Amino acid sequence: MRAVIRTAVAASVLLVIYGLQVGVEAGFTEYVQRIILLAGINVILAVGLNLINGTTGQFSIGHAGFMAVGAYGAAFVGVKLSAPVHDALGPGALANAVIFNLALLAGALFAGLSGLIVGMPSLRLRGDYLAVVTLGFGEIIRILFNNASFLGSATGYFGDDPSGLPAYTNFFWVFAWTTVIVVLIHNLTFSQTGRSLTAIREDEIAAEAMATPTTRLKVTAFAISAATAGIAGGLFAHMQAGVRPEDFRFERSIDMVVMIIVGGLGSISGAILGGIFVAVSLELMRDLQQYRLVLYALLLIVIMIVRPEGLLGTRELHHRFWRKKPAKAAGPTESA
Amino acid sequence: MTQFLQQIINGLSLGSIYALIALGYTMVYGILKLINFAHGEVFMVGAYTGFYAAGALGVAGFEARNQGFPLYLAILVLLLAMAAAALLGMTIEFLAYRPVRSAPRLTPLITAIGVSLFLQNAGMLLFSPNPQRYPAILSEVRFELFGVIVTNIKLTIFAVALCLMLGLHLFVQKTWTGRAMRALSFNIDAAKLMGIDTNRVIRSTFAIGSGLAAAGGILFGLDQITINPLMGVMTGLKAFVAAVLGGIGSIPGAVVGGLLIGLAEQLTAGYLSPEYRDAITFVILILILLLKPEGLLGIVRVEKV
Repeated sequence: MRAVIRTAVAASVLLVIYGLQVGVEAGFTEYVQRIILLAGINVILAVGLNLINGTTGQFSIGHAGFMAVGAYGAAFVGVKLSAPVHDALGPGALANAVIFNLALLAGALFAGLSGLIVGMPSLRLRGDYLAVVTLGFGEIIRILFNNASFLGSATGYFGDDPSGLPAYTNFFWVFAWTTVIVVLIHNLTFSQTGRSLTAIREDEIAAEAMATPTTRLKVTAFAISAATAGIAGGLFAHMQAGVRPEDFRFERSIDMVVMIIVGGLGSISGAILGGIFVAVSLELMRDLQQYRLVLYALLLIVIMIVRPEGLLGTRELHHRFWRKKPAKAAGPTESA
Repeated sequence: MTQFLQQIINGLSLGSIYALIALGYTMVYGILKLINFAHGEVFMVGAYTGFYAAGALGVAGFEARNQGFPLYLAILVLLLAMAAAALLGMTIEFLAYRPVRSAPRLTPLITAIGVSLFLQNAGMLLFSPNPQRYPAILSEVRFELFGVIVTNIKLTIFAVALCLMLGLHLFVQKTWTGRAMRALSFNIDAAKLMGIDTNRVIRSTFAIGSGLAAAGGILFGLDQITINPLMGVMTGLKAFVAAVLGGIGSIPGAVVGGLLIGLAEQLTAGYLSPEYRDAITFVILILILLLKPEGLLGIVRVEKV
């Protein structure tokens, strides 16, 4: 019975997203639609990064690297799959949907694997060292793409077609993936494993004393987080004609950090709000491009001094509406 | 062989600049356990202060008349830049780090990233994002030694860096403030109980570290000829890696680490590919953190519950 209800709920959610897509494509200009898509992609990035930075308390400032792996991976696989899938299914929307989703999953797989490779050595390190190592890996990944000639080196990867990568990304796919990822991360966060991750954040030594396999859990959370960044990267890649190493500079990682800090480290609803905030504020500040990062930087400093737990802290919006007790009201802390 | 020696010379001069910057990271980390991400930007501001100070002292006129810039003015430029950076370092400490000093560790870390970003972008607005040619406050003299080209600039970089490092060593070992710094890095609470004004000592730590970074900035400008507002990002990270390599918190360690990073970078650029000169630093960082996390000259600290 539950399975039937769940399938019905999932189907109706997809139907609602499809209905919204028809509405959005009819009702908004191309420009506004692009902002909406970016907001969705940002939400995926923020919710994924929040799992490792907020819930687990292991600060990564190099997630742009994993987004890049996902973007390049999805673009490359998408291009290579195009011919065989079209041969099997013929041209049309179904074939495109199959190619796109397989490509996204491949991108997520590559990103998750690179997260595993990066995470295994570096997550043995304490907080601030980890931040520097992730930054370093993010840069190394970008330098590697910059020199990978089969992926177009510094010019970027535009596929085999002269018109660039196919524009698969639309409202439906972005928000279908956003919903799936938010639900998955939410369920993970409030599962037993999620409690263990929170325990690692609150006191790693105590968690270890309670026989929590801290390193294994941290690496797993890191890999999942990297994989979600990979999905976001794949969606991002198919929104524009190509993938360029330039798109994944350190600033991109900082944007992600701003998203989760504004909303509240450790809160999924906070991350969603933060992702939307960054997408909208980036567009509002388009004319003030050169002031954008100055303002973001000031915002980071002021939030840290005045309200280090962010807008929501670790609270969740829906817990308020449903009068559930929040899991833990205090902001993320770390043992000395 | 000649090429190898040439790379060594270049690597050592670059490395002594890294060492000067690394000292600031290591001193601050030793006391506050904070990676001062903004330190690379203090280095950048130091370089720009030198740039504008030299301009104000009429370096263009000397260049036009084909005269060398007088040595006393060059030293004045160096001192001005060091003073400006020291002031900046103390301001950052007072405005941004002091309010979050007792917060959980992530809070100061994010604050430091914020300060670093702020200074980078404020620098782009104030100094223009385009690279600037560094004024010749020291006219270049080349001479050959066993087939290796050595310039007076490289020698000056060694000499200035060496003098400053010796000065710092004497300061930390012989003066009251230096002893207080060592006490703070040993145990900040106990130092407070002994009547040390910790705020004052932390302030002087930031001032000294920032001054050294500014000296590094001027030497970097002389060595690399151009400066830009983002020069502090990579250089700062490399200097931080140097501090970790030598053992963070250890002053001789920062010097050794700086020289090693400079050598590794030049040798990679010379023998592998210039593309990977930035990547090698991070490879070193990851290796050292995995194999010997306390660094070459660091002290093993036991994690206490």
